[in-house]
Amino acid sequence: MKAVTWRRLFIFMVALAPFGWIFYRTISQQLGADPAKTIVLFTGEWAIYFLFASLAVTPLVRSAKWRWLMPHRRMLGLFALFYALCHVASYLVFILGLDFSRFFAELVKRPYITAGAPAVLILIALGATSTKAMMRRLGKRWQSLHRLVYVALGLAWVHVLWQVRSSYFEAVIYGILAALLLGYRLYWRQKMARKKAL
Amino acid sequence: MFIKPSNRIRESEITPESVYRERRRFMQLTLGAGALAAASGAGAKPGFVADAGAAVGPDWLKQKIADAEPYGEKVTDKLTPYEHVTSYNNFYEFGYDKSDPAKHSGTLQPHPWKVEIAGHAEKTGAFNLEDLLAKVTLRERVYRLRCVEAWSMVIPWVGFELGELLKQFKPTSRAKYVAFTTLLDSKQMPEQASRFSTIDWPYREGLRIDEAMNPLTLLAVGLYGKPLPNQNGAPLRLVVPWKYGFKSIKSIVKIEFTEKQPGTSWNVRAPNEYGFYANVNPEVDHPRWSQASERRLPSGLFSPNIIDTQMFNGYADEVAHLYKGMDLRKHY
Repeated sequence: MKAVTWRRLFIFMVALAPFGWIFYRTISQQLGADPAKTIVLFTGEWAIYFLFASLAVTPLVRSAKWRWLMPHRRMLGLFALFYALCHVASYLVFILGLDFSRFFAELVKRPYITAGAPAVLILIALGATSTKAMMRRLGKRWQSLHRLVYVALGLAWVHVLWQVRSSYFEAVIYGILAALLLGYRLYWRQKMARKKAL
Repeated sequence: MFIKPSNRIRESEITPESVYRERRRFMQLTLGAGALAAASGAGAKPGFVADAGAAVGPDWLKQKIADAEPYGEKVTDKLTPYEHVTSYNNFYEFGYDKSDPAKHSGTLQPHPWKVEIAGHAEKTGAFNLEDLLAKVTLRERVYRLRCVEAWSMVIPWVGFELGELLKQFKPTSRAKYVAFTTLLDSKQMPEQASRFSTIDWPYREGLRIDEAMNPLTLLAVGLYGKPLPNQNGAPLRLVVPWKYGFKSIKSIVKIEFTEKQPGTSWNVRAPNEYGFYANVNPEVDHPRWSQASERRLPSGLFSPNIIDTQMFNGYADEVAHLYKGMDLRKHY
């Protein structure tokens, strides 16, 4: 097999490991008093980690010259979607017991859910258009559509921030990471503009 | 002849084996708690109680707890198992995840312990925990604990009525409130040194004097017949069962009689979200979520254990008179 295939397999297994871990802890009943909440928090956090991971690819390829990483960006993004869907599904099944009337009540009552929901919808749209065929079909519009990932990240950040109780730690770390990743893109754009001007 | 069952059981209610096993453990625990209270001998430890490690204390305290007056009333709620009571905690001095206090509270040294009694009373001063406990009767009390985050537990505490202790210091007529303070020591409580904390340490709580004197209000030193583990607020914590859990301040070092309503940590931090009274009230929602129902822990994965929240957490008969004529929407 080619190196890229091996790498793909390796990244896939590593990215699936958190899922395996929470699955193992679930079936072996190690999740404590409130297993539903543990699963929902865990999958939500990993969705955010993969969102960051997929957004870190471009800076790493451009500035650290990790060109080998580029072909794997799509999978990292799809894992963000995967964990986000696990997050939503475990919330609907384990917390709400599939009682959808309560879901709509919660959507209104808990603004952080109102912020999180469109973030997941964006990820679904990006996942659905992530294939090569869709890239070809959408052409230039593909790029603008996939810029929505920044909106999803912003919404996810608000989703976390609105749940802060005793510590800003997580929200601050996520905020700094998001600012760095966005800042890099602005820096790159200016650099390219200057190059063009020359 | 076919006899129709009076209550049809929905499919979702049929108990999976894992849950059934858990329930058997419950029943053993419920029986065990009674047996434990009756058991003589210091630190009697039944085999089914998972050893939390931190549930250790001096022999005199173990003996005193073992001799506590058993809970006389019938317990209708299922007790939350010991392992969950001691591993699912909000004790932000040790971290903000529910599992952090059990993991990180080993730094707390609850013995020996002094409590300062101050403010508007004839007698004040600093007292050893042992001397304070010599003045009161320890009792087992099974209380529901309703967290403001909409989950709840049922816990067999061992403690004494706060009023029984307070009266002995002869509060004066200017003592309108009682203020409580948690230990301030970032060596023992590492999160107090965190820059990201939203709380201005030390943690503070308070009650109106008539609330403090209500016989339901307990100062606990133990749970499940054992000294309090550090993560549950060793060695001395408040338990006010008709109020949201954050009122029940842990690891108390100071009790002060005050004339003015004292500042309380969550109320100071977010007054629109957490009131001074913080009485459990299903009709007054938290701005970020509903308080109409709660998840009684432990909650199963496919059977979220959701129950209706009761006014004053079901203790209305005992405490509703304290708030006669008050607008509980305003004084939430």
